[in-house]
Amino acid sequence: MKRYRNAMAFAAMIVLLLVLLVMNLCIGSSSVPVSDVWLALTGRATDATVANVVLQLRLPRALAAIVLGGALALSGYLLQTFFHNPIAGPFILGISSGAKLTVAIAMVFALSRSMVVNSATLMAASFVGAMAAMGLVLLLSTVVKRMSVLIIGGVMIGYLCSAVTEFIITFAADEQIARLHTWSVGSFSGIDMTDVLVMTIVVALTFVGVLMLSKPISAFRMGETYASSVGVNVKAFRALLVLLSSILAATVTAFAGPVSFVGVAVPHLVRSLLGSSEPRRVIPACFLGGAAFCLLCDLLARTMFAPTELSISTVTAVFGAPVVLWILVRRQKGRDAA
Amino acid sequence: MSERNLLSTNELTVGYEGTAVAGPFDLNVYKGEVLSLIGPNGAGKTTLLRTLARQLAPVAGTVFLEEADLAATKPNELAKRMAVVFSDALRPDLMTCREAVAVGRYPYTGRFGRLSADDERIVENAMAQVHVTELADRPFNAISDGQRQRVVLARALCQEPDIILLDEPTTFLDIRWKAEFLEALRTLATEQGKTVLLTLHEPELARLVSDRVACIRDGRLDRVGTPDEVFEGDYIANLFGLNKALYDRWFT
Repeated sequence: MKRYRNAMAFAAMIVLLLVLLVMNLCIGSSSVPVSDVWLALTGRATDATVANVVLQLRLPRALAAIVLGGALALSGYLLQTFFHNPIAGPFILGISSGAKLTVAIAMVFALSRSMVVNSATLMAASFVGAMAAMGLVLLLSTVVKRMSVLIIGGVMIGYLCSAVTEFIITFAADEQIARLHTWSVGSFSGIDMTDVLVMTIVVALTFVGVLMLSKPISAFRMGETYASSVGVNVKAFRALLVLLSSILAATVTAFAGPVSFVGVAVPHLVRSLLGSSEPRRVIPACFLGGAAFCLLCDLLARTMFAPTELSISTVTAVFGAPVVLWILVRRQKGRDAA
Repeated sequence: MSERNLLSTNELTVGYEGTAVAGPFDLNVYKGEVLSLIGPNGAGKTTLLRTLARQLAPVAGTVFLEEADLAATKPNELAKRMAVVFSDALRPDLMTCREAVAVGRYPYTGRFGRLSADDERIVENAMAQVHVTELADRPFNAISDGQRQRVVLARALCQEPDIILLDEPTTFLDIRWKAEFLEALRTLATEQGKTVLLTLHEPELARLVSDRVACIRDGRLDRVGTPDEVFEGDYIANLFGLNKALYDRWFT
């Protein structure tokens, strides 16, 4: 029964992911039939414009949504594990905004000297910002023991970083403002295949790292005391959670800016779908779920009000925020019943 | 150091972040005995127990597990010898009782924590031993306190430890589960040779379950001995600062 539900859940997510991928390649300002997409992908397209749209614009964007969406969901899952709180996530705790700030600084600095920033530099800047914001949250957590207050603290750190980012962007060179602004509110646009390659390598390596943690994550579900009593090195484990979740959140922010709610909503939806919190299953499911979620949201962001594009966070918030409210209400009910 | 000792302390001072709360203690826990720590609230029982479980670092002094320094024992090795039942288990969503019990196999499984057929059998046996088999597929966060306490004990048994440390394990249990739980501990010591060290609120229960009782007064070890030795005369009333008449009326 359990095995059946598990297999069904994974099959459903994989099918959904593939269907959404095809839709993302077909649908847009000019719609391309599935057969032409296939021809373009296999290098036999007759129309160069169509091939260009599919291979240069839509494919890298869709692949970025898959890789970064999965990364976001995993990052949220790790933070929820760390804080033993289901509504922790890289956006809510201000980690995405911290990364956004340092990336904006790097970009503006480079632009002012007419240098081109490569993706490695952006990721490094992003990682520094993510770790700095995470450090602030951790510092706060030594003083503030109540989770709700800590989350509010994270939101404030996020606001602060966003405000400073806006300030910096305002003083950026005119012709670059539009691009910077698009990025700073979150978008999968303007990503090329080189970017996709870089992010895929980083996220894949981190994903393996997260899978290697599935055993201690499983024990950690019962709390720190019990985890350490069965042999988990809690200090090292917590440090790894911080490191891996920051790498994932930083990668996302470096390429797509801050993307809200995916990290909180997807792990929750995935656990409900599996009917289990067993990490060996939840980790891969989180990745698939986050990927499908972002493909769907990006499709809507591109097409709903075309040619105007919505920021990705606008769409993810529409779907993600109700999930967070649902988690809060359910937890409150559980507390009343107990 | 005597051959009889499974766990012993040398001039052990316990506390939080370097600030002493109680001690120094020179306590010996013998192999295969049930030893209860009793004393008034705030005497330092729990702090001592958590230090013995290596959840807290000693402020000063040393804890020995047989001849080895507890502080130098590898986490995995310690987990195979010592298990704990403390009151601060979280209640995670969507975790079954069987999964919670299986956490006890942690020090024995490989990198991904996959359970072998042997592990599965040990998990089932542990659940049967404390009568929680019928709870196996229930969510861990949806069972009663008494049931949860037994599930956590089954998890401890899965570690196949020499010694189990328990902090006030009977506090939230009604009298039936109190009796069943203490009976289970007694059986572990008598039939399987496990060593059991626990703190208890109620001296009467300590008297019934223990081979020896250790009393803590003002952060020091006071009287240590068999229940008959410790409960002799007015000692217990005295320990808790209770007047004799009141003690006799309520507890004898």
